[in-house]
Amino acid sequence: MNSEMIEEITVLSGKNRSGEPENFDEIIIRPGDTLSIVGPTGSGKSAFITDIEIFARNDTATGRTILVNGEHPPEDYIRDPAKKPVALITQNTKCLADLKVHEFLEMHIKSRRIAETELTGKTIDLANEFTGEKIHPDVKMTALSGGQTRSLMVADAITISDTPLILLDEVENAGIFKDRVIETLKEYNKALIFVTHDPMVSLMSDRRIVMKNGGVSGVLEPNGREDEALLKVIELDRIMCRMREQIRAGEMICGQVFT
Amino acid sequence: MKLIIIAGPPSCGKTAVVKQIIKNKGNSQQIAYLKIDVTRAFEDEELKQEFGIPTKKVYSGDLCPDHASVMVMKDAIEWAGEERADILIVESAGLCLRCSPYTTQSLGIVVTSAVNGINTPLKMAPMIALADMAVVTRIDLVSQAEKEVFRERIKEVNEDIDIIETNAVQGTGMRYLLRAIEECPDIHDPDKINLRGAPPLGVCTICIGKTDIGWQKHFGVIRKLDGADYLYRGD
Repeated sequence: MNSEMIEEITVLSGKNRSGEPENFDEIIIRPGDTLSIVGPTGSGKSAFITDIEIFARNDTATGRTILVNGEHPPEDYIRDPAKKPVALITQNTKCLADLKVHEFLEMHIKSRRIAETELTGKTIDLANEFTGEKIHPDVKMTALSGGQTRSLMVADAITISDTPLILLDEVENAGIFKDRVIETLKEYNKALIFVTHDPMVSLMSDRRIVMKNGGVSGVLEPNGREDEALLKVIELDRIMCRMREQIRAGEMICGQVFT
Repeated sequence: MKLIIIAGPPSCGKTAVVKQIIKNKGNSQQIAYLKIDVTRAFEDEELKQEFGIPTKKVYSGDLCPDHASVMVMKDAIEWAGEERADILIVESAGLCLRCSPYTTQSLGIVVTSAVNGINTPLKMAPMIALADMAVVTRIDLVSQAEKEVFRERIKEVNEDIDIIETNAVQGTGMRYLLRAIEECPDIHDPDKINLRGAPPLGVCTICIGKTDIGWQKHFGVIRKLDGADYLYRGD
């Protein structure tokens, strides 16, 4: 899949659980865009990205329709995963394949008919940038921790699937370096949609889709008005990360922490 | 009347797929449902209660479910005809993974769960090889990479098979299955319906009730631990 081919993905509105129309006409997503989807548990966040993942055509519970470059996407995009322009990284942090990491990646590379020989190593190296626990190519997929699996799946979506749009369902839950993930994905000019409860992930996104009762209740575009909050949350995150590492290492945390 | 034959290992989501078909087609078409299982089945009662459609079940008991399905299929078509059904759905047990109950003049659907493990399509090869469509359920529980690898495994068994990925409880991705059902031609001659493949080898001494262990105690189709080929051979 060549990212150049996808200029935009459009979400046309549907209805919420009470059958009322959603509070938007269309949401257009282009390469390099970052969106976060926020709202209480059960408000329809995962259903929103599922609609995108399967290219809903007014045939899901939400009644939304997804267009690619302004048109209904060709059937290949939906039915052949190797041609699909969307990769979904789910909340599941367990991989079911009883294979070694390198075997799994090689099988995925083979199924995509990619000739590049160094892609396995490149994917593992990239995954290791996202996690503090190093992934070894000879370890079994089933033995990876939640954070390692997620890191590997994100890296796989970037290097092997190489889809222009990546959907991440609660990436913050798995113990990975979320700021590093977001930066890397932006570097690769991917469009990103995060389902998230995390203030930092939300504030780092260009747009925020607010969900309520199964439908979109609003789309926020801060355009820099939240920069102050973002700086603060990055600082807080740095402190949290440091404290987490200290606690993991068995240290006591005394004295000044807000430095 | 259209004939749809659904097979797949236990608890892979066959009935969830059937429910989606009934939900989407039941308003415009009369659907009849037959379940073939070995010892116990509850799906017929469940579907009758939920959708009010005519249902039946048959227990194969000592017979292989494929054999049972060949035996009863013609009666079932007559029964569904009497019920004025537009579609007859036959759901088979698929227990031994050697089953391949699809017939001619039908749409053969194999259902398999994405969480079953990466080698499952190879292990249930006969069931996939002769099917028209593979419905992969629980797709919401696996990653993009796993989906692609699983799909590749199915294609290894049957290059031409039409693959549908679904969360059958939610009904995602079903539109292509529904389209295939629409495009499936009616039964044109019930007297000329045949099983597509050869069923598992029929009668051996164990089939007739001889339970002693060890090939020395048996005759006919036997097998030793070493030197055995892929297929059973007559002694």
